Amino acid sequence: MSVDVISSDLLNVALLVFMGITAVAVARLRNLFAVVMLSGIYSLLGATLYVVLDAVDVAFTEAAVGAGISTVLMLGTLALTTSREKATPTARARTAMALSVAIGAVLIYATLDMPLFGDPSAPINHHVVPRYLDESLEETGVPNVVTAVLASYRGYDTLGETFVIFTAACGVLVLIGRPRRRKTDGTGASKA
Amino acid sequence: MSAYAFPGLANYWIAIVLMMIGLYVVMAHENLIKKIVGLNIFQVSVFVLYISMGKVKGGPAPILADNITIYSNPLPHVLILTAIVVGVATTALGLALIVRVNEQYGSIEDDDIRDLENAE
Repeated sequence: MSVDVISSDLLNVALLVFMGITAVAVARLRNLFAVVMLSGIYSLLGATLYVVLDAVDVAFTEAAVGAGISTVLMLGTLALTTSREKATPTARARTAMALSVAIGAVLIYATLDMPLFGDPSAPINHHVVPRYLDESLEETGVPNVVTAVLASYRGYDTLGETFVIFTAACGVLVLIGRPRRRKTDGTGASKA
Repeated sequence: MSAYAFPGLANYWIAIVLMMIGLYVVMAHENLIKKIVGLNIFQVSVFVLYISMGKVKGGPAPILADNITIYSNPLPHVLILTAIVVGVATTALGLALIVRVNEQYGSIEDDDIRDLENAE
């Protein structure tokens, strides 16, 4: 095994650990501005990890959409609402902790049957994938297999995705797009 | 020991730990923005799980070139590309709902809103 394979594996685990630290900080902090910024950092760490794991297209999208647009949307929401969180009741936190530890334990038990990381003989790397890798250049003329599958073989999926975004945009516009009369009874409409 | 002993299953385990931190944030916190951030943490960790499964040791990114015979798996990448974009659409809708809730109740804390509902 060559040196750069080992170093990329170390980088992979190190990035995952950083993501873990960021996530724990998100769970503990109550300043929502810091929480939103950390969630942007979390996304960016994820994007870096995707580059290490060879998913360059995904990394690009995550950096632009996950770390960029999501963070901007959340900051906008903070500006329209509040940036301070109240303390969490301990009973509720304890129940949530117990539940998530239990679910996590079950999921980790389930991974014991999975093929090891990076194994080329894993079932996920067979069936339809060799066909895409062998034939897509001839059939679509696009050297990037991800683009070939996304835009050509699964073009209708991508069209459906566009409908989802359109629907979400309509929903957002219906909810907060139009100017509203301020209520006269005092509550609400504080800064909007 | 096989050549795939490191990181072995550790990638999946850390992804699951991240997932559970996200789930904990969603369940434990009353603040609606914090819940959306928790949902994002959960979402990115699911993406990491998928992309980890598609990695092939020694294989470069699936962009075809001469002299290369082994590539990482492109299919999880395609799935996750779609999921990221759909994820930001749902985040935007959730945040718009939060802004509306704040206008209506003057609070984005789940328990405050419940109290106001019960008082009416």
